[in-house]
Amino acid sequence: MNTVRKGYIRPVDFKHGRVDMTHGSGGRAMAQLIEELFLAAFDNDWLRAANDQACFAVQGGRMVMATDSHVVSPLFFPGGDIGCLSVHGTVNDVAMSGAKPLYLSASFILEEGFPLADLKRIVESMAHAAREAGVAIVTGDTKVVEQGKGDGVFITTTGIGVVPAGVNISGDRARPGDAILVSGTLGDHGVAIMAQRESLGFETTIQSDTAALHDLVARMVEAVPGIHALRDPTRGGLATTLNEIARQSGVGMMLREEALPVRQEVEAACEFLGLDPLYVANEGKLICICAQDDAEKLLEVMRAHLLGREAAHIGSVHEDPHHFVQMETGFGGKRIVDWLTGEQLPRIC
Amino acid sequence: MKYINEFRDGKTARHIAAAIAAETRADRRYHIMEFCGGHTHAISRYGLSDLLPENIRLIHGPGCPVCVLPIGRIDNAIDLALNRGVILATYGDCLRVPASGGLSLLKAKARGADVRMVYSSADALKLAQDNPDREVVFFAIGFETTTPPTAVALLQAEKLGLKNFSVFCNHVLTPSAIANILESPEVRLHGTVPLDAFIGPAHVSTVIGSQPYEHFAEEYEKPVVIAGFEPLDVMQAILMLVRQLNEGRAEVENEFSRAVTREGNVKAQNLVAEVFELRKSFEWRGLNEVPYSALRIKAKYAAWDAERRYGIEYKSVADNRACECGAILRGLKRPQDCKLFGTVCTPENPMGSCMVSSEGACAAHYTYGRYKDAVGT
Repeated sequence: MNTVRKGYIRPVDFKHGRVDMTHGSGGRAMAQLIEELFLAAFDNDWLRAANDQACFAVQGGRMVMATDSHVVSPLFFPGGDIGCLSVHGTVNDVAMSGAKPLYLSASFILEEGFPLADLKRIVESMAHAAREAGVAIVTGDTKVVEQGKGDGVFITTTGIGVVPAGVNISGDRARPGDAILVSGTLGDHGVAIMAQRESLGFETTIQSDTAALHDLVARMVEAVPGIHALRDPTRGGLATTLNEIARQSGVGMMLREEALPVRQEVEAACEFLGLDPLYVANEGKLICICAQDDAEKLLEVMRAHLLGREAAHIGSVHEDPHHFVQMETGFGGKRIVDWLTGEQLPRIC
Repeated sequence: MKYINEFRDGKTARHIAAAIAAETRADRRYHIMEFCGGHTHAISRYGLSDLLPENIRLIHGPGCPVCVLPIGRIDNAIDLALNRGVILATYGDCLRVPASGGLSLLKAKARGADVRMVYSSADALKLAQDNPDREVVFFAIGFETTTPPTAVALLQAEKLGLKNFSVFCNHVLTPSAIANILESPEVRLHGTVPLDAFIGPAHVSTVIGSQPYEHFAEEYEKPVVIAGFEPLDVMQAILMLVRQLNEGRAEVENEFSRAVTREGNVKAQNLVAEVFELRKSFEWRGLNEVPYSALRIKAKYAAWDAERRYGIEYKSVADNRACECGAILRGLKRPQDCKLFGTVCTPENPMGSCMVSSEGACAAHYTYGRYKDAVGT
């Protein structure tokens, strides 16, 4: 029988407790929160070592690093929450280079008074998303700000990954003649968030598409190592992302409106909110630009994957000194698909 | 999306386009003004002018609520938000309209003004209910479509005894603007703006009906076809106008019969008549002072009239001298004729109001059609 008495520690009250300033003070309350919440959820050797940094071996070759802050409002939305979103967002940014994401850091800014029960839900959702994605959250930080100086929780994650040999994917590699593919329906995340905003209060069945795309990317890169560009169309949507790539690569693009996959519910919600699905954020979709000859093969690989079932060939790249992204409308006319102007939906991710 | 996609069908569009091409006479030109920004947007977004013969010219009219709002009125709203400590509730389109001193409501917000974007007058009313210790002013703008909801909010406030809510009324009237364009010397005397026919408003007409346009058809001999905001509506209206012009008719026809009647929405009209009365004169951007072209709140509802409550004084402010919004709103110039277009005036940094709202002629051309200007350069 164990005769050593357990320490005189009263467990954190995750049912009724709230974040207070001591949780960021560096003292015992903070240590306890880290141990009982973050360490328990993210559990791995690096965190257990309890250092201020994580130490890991590196392989040869090229590594990528990406960082992303998350301020989404509301924190919980249909199809996800800020926790899983903060993992998916950074995993996807790393993966869009063709890399395999390995490690994440997570930094929390908590607002005094935030319910610990909600924080626990968020952290567990992060842990679940990280495990599913096969990445480890190896280091982190927690700060607390006074009530009214934050909005519940802000989370910043940074990710590191390794690019397979022979893969060179970059936004400046789109070439005239290339095909433009998209992995699925557009605008789901933005509309799901919008529907939750209290000022609107309409009911939909639309769920956020938030998902980690690195496995889909791995299959695509395996099939066609010579993919030219990949990017996830988050804020600003498909339109803004394509404009970024067109400018980086110094090319023009032509989309076919009829080929764009948009869910009927999303189209309808956008219709009455006065939004254009092309500009609404996605969190689980990617755009792929590849040689025309590789398009069919890639579409086949994408459609065989759970996250690419509705993949579509939506347009092509051509020479254009003005770097316009244009679209043949379903109507037979032509128009520009311009950069997003102003802010369509604030705090979407 | 049923009842919407039917009106965006490409195949039908090509049929109508073929009919238009077959019926236009080569020996004349057709100058058609679409009054509403909603039509301007549909024309640009769906690339409709690509489907029309070269001798049909579409002229963008002044029917964009944000575009016709004069700078002085925005200045008034900014003053309320910045210096009077009120919560100013307004439609999203108003936020970026440039005002005096390089300000806009959005920039005023960044300087500490409490400006809230709402989707309806009911949201503004709710803000007042949720913030009983604050004064909430609804910055009401728009044509006859948005006027009845403002009336409803005001009547609700009365019913609820809501004392911290008021309305800064800037509602304007479509028929007065059309009359002003038709009466302008450019159209009437000099003929510098050839104007053969009108595509009549969609949503406005659901409220006021088709009857008010009969005067224009008779008095000025200009055909009017009231059309919905979907691209097929616009195409069909153009075909109907071409036919009227070819046959020498000048009638009011209703393409938007699925929503518009001759009498309009009488209930809504009665609500408006209960709360509002005509202003003697109102300044429009581009059209200057137009007599009896706007509404104000009746004395009976003075308690909810922000103009009375805060003693708002209107001061006219001139546009940037190089800005051609005025001429563009009257159909005298096209966006690409303005020196500022696309250089200093862009959707990110609008100088004139036509670049602000997606319904504005400049924003529509910049966003959807500017590739046509770039060809060959």
